Amino acid sequence: MRPLRDLSPGQCARLAQIGGDRPFRRRLMEMGFLPGTVVRLVRRVDVADLLELEVRGSHISLRRSEAGALFLEPEG
Amino acid sequence: MTASSAPGQRRSVRRPLVVVAGNPNTGKTTLFNRLTGSDQKVANYPGVTVERHTAMLELATGGVAEVLDVPGAYSLSARSREEELAIQTIAGLAPFQIPDLVVVVADATQLSRNLYMTLQVLELGVPVVLAVNMADMLEARGEILDLGAMRRELGIPVVSTSALRGRGLDELRAEIEATLVSPGRARPGWRWAPQDPELEKDLRTIADAMPAEWERGDPARARALAVWSLLSLEEGDELDAIPDAVRDVVASVRERAAQAGRQVDLEVIRGRYGWIDARMAAFVKRRDAPAEGSVARKSLTDRVDGVLLHPVVGFAIFLLVMGVVFQSLFSWADPAIRSIEGLFGWLGSASRAWIPDGIVEEFVDGGLIAGVGSVVVFLPQILLLFLFIGFMEDSGYMARVAFLMDRIMRAMGLHGRAFVPMLSGYACAVPAILATRTMERQRDRTLTMMVIPLMTCSARLPVYTLIIGTLFPPSKVFGVVPVQGLLMIAMYVFSTLTALVAAMVLSRTLFKGPPVPLILELPPYRMPHVPSVLRMMWLRTRSFLESAGTVILACTIVLWALLSFPRDTGQTGRFDADRARVEASAAPAAERAEKIAEIDRAEDSERLRASYGGRLGHAIEPAIEPLGFDWKIGVGLIGAFAAREVFVSTMGVVYGAGSESDEKSSTLREKIRAETRADGRPVYTPLVGLSLMIFFALACQCMSTLAAVRRETKSWRWPAFLFVYMSVLAWIASFAVYQGGRWLGMS
Repeated sequence: MRPLRDLSPGQCARLAQIGGDRPFRRRLMEMGFLPGTVVRLVRRVDVADLLELEVRGSHISLRRSEAGALFLEPEG
Repeated sequence: MTASSAPGQRRSVRRPLVVVAGNPNTGKTTLFNRLTGSDQKVANYPGVTVERHTAMLELATGGVAEVLDVPGAYSLSARSREEELAIQTIAGLAPFQIPDLVVVVADATQLSRNLYMTLQVLELGVPVVLAVNMADMLEARGEILDLGAMRRELGIPVVSTSALRGRGLDELRAEIEATLVSPGRARPGWRWAPQDPELEKDLRTIADAMPAEWERGDPARARALAVWSLLSLEEGDELDAIPDAVRDVVASVRERAAQAGRQVDLEVIRGRYGWIDARMAAFVKRRDAPAEGSVARKSLTDRVDGVLLHPVVGFAIFLLVMGVVFQSLFSWADPAIRSIEGLFGWLGSASRAWIPDGIVEEFVDGGLIAGVGSVVVFLPQILLLFLFIGFMEDSGYMARVAFLMDRIMRAMGLHGRAFVPMLSGYACAVPAILATRTMERQRDRTLTMMVIPLMTCSARLPVYTLIIGTLFPPSKVFGVVPVQGLLMIAMYVFSTLTALVAAMVLSRTLFKGPPVPLILELPPYRMPHVPSVLRMMWLRTRSFLESAGTVILACTIVLWALLSFPRDTGQTGRFDADRARVEASAAPAAERAEKIAEIDRAEDSERLRASYGGRLGHAIEPAIEPLGFDWKIGVGLIGAFAAREVFVSTMGVVYGAGSESDEKSSTLREKIRAETRADGRPVYTPLVGLSLMIFFALACQCMSTLAAVRRETKSWRWPAFLFVYMSVLAWIASFAVYQGGRWLGMS
């Protein structure tokens, strides 16, 4: 599994695992971040420490550090 | 419904309750505004400061339904008190009544996520009508909704609407009415079934433990509340209406599941999303190749964000926008504020002319009119700020503000959205405190409220102007930088740094808690619906006037009484005798009038000295003496509690320069410079001036602020804390400045 943070802008991949604290994980899953869901990294703003993701037609922004708990399915 | 068949009972039948729910940014509130009339009300939910919007919907059958707009949420699951409201209102847990109908507003472009919440509501067994909003944006992408398939699969009425353009409203109204008459058509029950037999068993265990007041004799409802409890409850949540029996059974079920290596949250959430995902292809169909220009339109938000979220350009634009907001609060509102002040000044003199001299006249002028005026004077800034916030929220820009400011504000322990309220604090703390409502968590709101009053608000400016202009030379440092201007800037920098440090300290002590991960939706940019923005602006302002306004009015009257009583100073005879002597003298009329005015001012000054406020000034003198202040400054500080700028006119009265004195009054400046202590040293030195400015920068001398904090936190605890911590801070800082300065050899 590779970390979501490694995705480059514009790239898509499928989520494999959603980690982190229970409230964080639950909120993400209820917003549609589930194993198998396709995510696209829209942009990375490093100075702000933020990522913008597209999931199920919505744009969701997470902190880079906190997105470290999300992992992707291997490529291919 | 059958109860209404007996004619005499019509009035006793309660109004049907329609709840409007949905994800944030779905156009839910605009739809609510469109659906209902102009009789909207904003109140707070009991015990929390979440706005509760209600309005009436006239039914074609002649009746009226009450419509409640619940705050937008992605799910009914809850962890905080604020989130708990969604399940309480939609499931009708005590003290709320069970709704007769729930209208779920969904965003067509984000259908699967919106259907997730729809399924949760369906599980509760309340009748649901689904309003799919913004289908036109979906169509622009070349996709169409199959409403028939959605009706069939969900088992409820589904309507396509455009809240912005007002389309589909008649259909929605018709479905609401039909469902109120025969609710069975919109109550299909559960749509998904747990795949895991273990989960099924867990739900049954929890459902069996449901108390009767939750279950209400409905096994399906017990089961739905069991799912909700399983997903929401955990150690450390802030929910306060949960029966212990439910907590216990959920804890044991979760523990068993964890031991077995199961992820119950995932099982439940995947159960719902699995049902939705299997049907999405039937709900949303590709009509044809995307229409001309639609690809560009889809990425418009993306392209705009490329600029607005840019680390350099985005920040620059953000600062520009904030500059406009700041400028408007600071100077555009000024003419309106001045005319309000002028109007109330005129009302005051009119009342003096009409009402015979005496206590009634003074009360009407100094207590009542001044009191109402001190509430109304906030209106221009509050209206403007709410207007800006409304546009920023409705257009989607507010989410970008939170994005850009997240890192900086997080370092201070603040929420990204705290920036706009804090900036507004430079104009006035009262609208700024009301603006903290844009943050979801009470902790973030309260923390922001605790630091906003430290920002240099516009009421401090007259005080600084008076002190700087009177006590500091108009010379220049290095021959170019004016001392006076430099001091003014220094006061701004000082207050900003203090506010940031205070936030840092408070967030690590009193507001300590685990850092909250950021999950921030960046909704597509949309054209704000202007009538909705204006309506929200007015409703919020009105609720401020109703609750904080009364406290401000009451405090102004108390303060007036403090400075006006007792009436008899025992010296009236002396002043009357002086006046009689002047009247009788042979001097020209103009000269006599001037002398009379002088005697009047001396009498005012004497009366103030003898008043309760004056005595209070004497009483606190030992406490403020180490700061370099005498009792006269003490009286000014007490007067400044009404509003800081009142300090200037109170000083005017204290020094007999007339109560119409302003910060530029040369008489007042001269009198202040000439004031000496018993030993002949001047009272006011630059060091005393500095100490006084530091005191004004830090002390919470503003009862309007305290009233607003009281209103927004629903308790006296926070305003009391705010007052105490700022006053203590002010005293210590002024003490350090004055005594430190003396130690360094300054006078």
